[in-house]
Amino acid sequence: MMETIGPILVGVCLLIGAGFALVGAIGLIKLPDPMTRLHAPTKVGTVGIGALLLASLIYNWVFSDGSYHETLIMAFLFVTAPISANFLAKVNIHTEHCDEPPTPPRDDAWSTLASPDKDTPSADTEVAP
Amino acid sequence: MRFVNWLFPHPLLTLLIAVVWVILQNEISAGMAVFGVILGIIIPRAFAAYWPDRPTGFRPGKMLSYSLLVMWDIMVANVQVAWIVLTVPNAKLKPAWISIPLDLKQPEAITILAGTITLTPGTVSADLSDEGHSLLVHVLHTDDPDGEVETIKSRYEARLKEIFVE
Repeated sequence: MMETIGPILVGVCLLIGAGFALVGAIGLIKLPDPMTRLHAPTKVGTVGIGALLLASLIYNWVFSDGSYHETLIMAFLFVTAPISANFLAKVNIHTEHCDEPPTPPRDDAWSTLASPDKDTPSADTEVAP
Repeated sequence: MRFVNWLFPHPLLTLLIAVVWVILQNEISAGMAVFGVILGIIIPRAFAAYWPDRPTGFRPGKMLSYSLLVMWDIMVANVQVAWIVLTVPNAKLKPAWISIPLDLKQPEAITILAGTITLTPGTVSADLSDEGHSLLVHVLHTDDPDGEVETIKSRYEARLKEIFVE
């Protein structure tokens, strides 16, 4: 039973994963500026890889002893992907390769753009004679 | 009681490390579980200085249903973003910055909200304001930026407020 359904499920998962990875790559080429380009590979890629890992998980459970490692890969991927996306976004804001972000509704400035000596004097300027 | 608190600065992290260790070994045996628990005690203890405050009122049950909701949203939104990437021409693309005033106070809760926003395709959380009361989010394609803010606040932030009770 599982020997007949297994390969079909694995194939479907591989196709879905490869399809999303392809869309991510197309987005990376097609989208116009750094901030929008950030969207395609970081997210569509995540689910693309998720589907590929699901294929590997099904394959291992149907045709050999089975392994839990794919779930760990997925978990670490989903935890670390937002961090790299956040770093790329911060670099884009910092190097001004995007539109100026609006001022925050609360507080004074976004932390990437905030400079301590702008409005409040920093500690070492107060110490100087 | 104080000794127990000292030994387990983050009890759930201890549990998580033990589970990850057992999965990493790919076999469930008593020896591996014990070694996982030992690692789960040593690692949070060694890094307690860098994560001093335990999040208050964390409710794991609600966290589970929240994770399922987020996973479902990720799948739905992935198809939407794939559709936008493939069909909307660049000239008609309407990217926008939106800023979300935060009601959440705990850093752990804000981290999970920002991670959720980034993982759901179409939105990337880009920056936090200097004192941590607003979140800057970039949207790939939207006709209604205020509606996006409302969706994020009602769909994710309201649920996170119930998970991290003050």
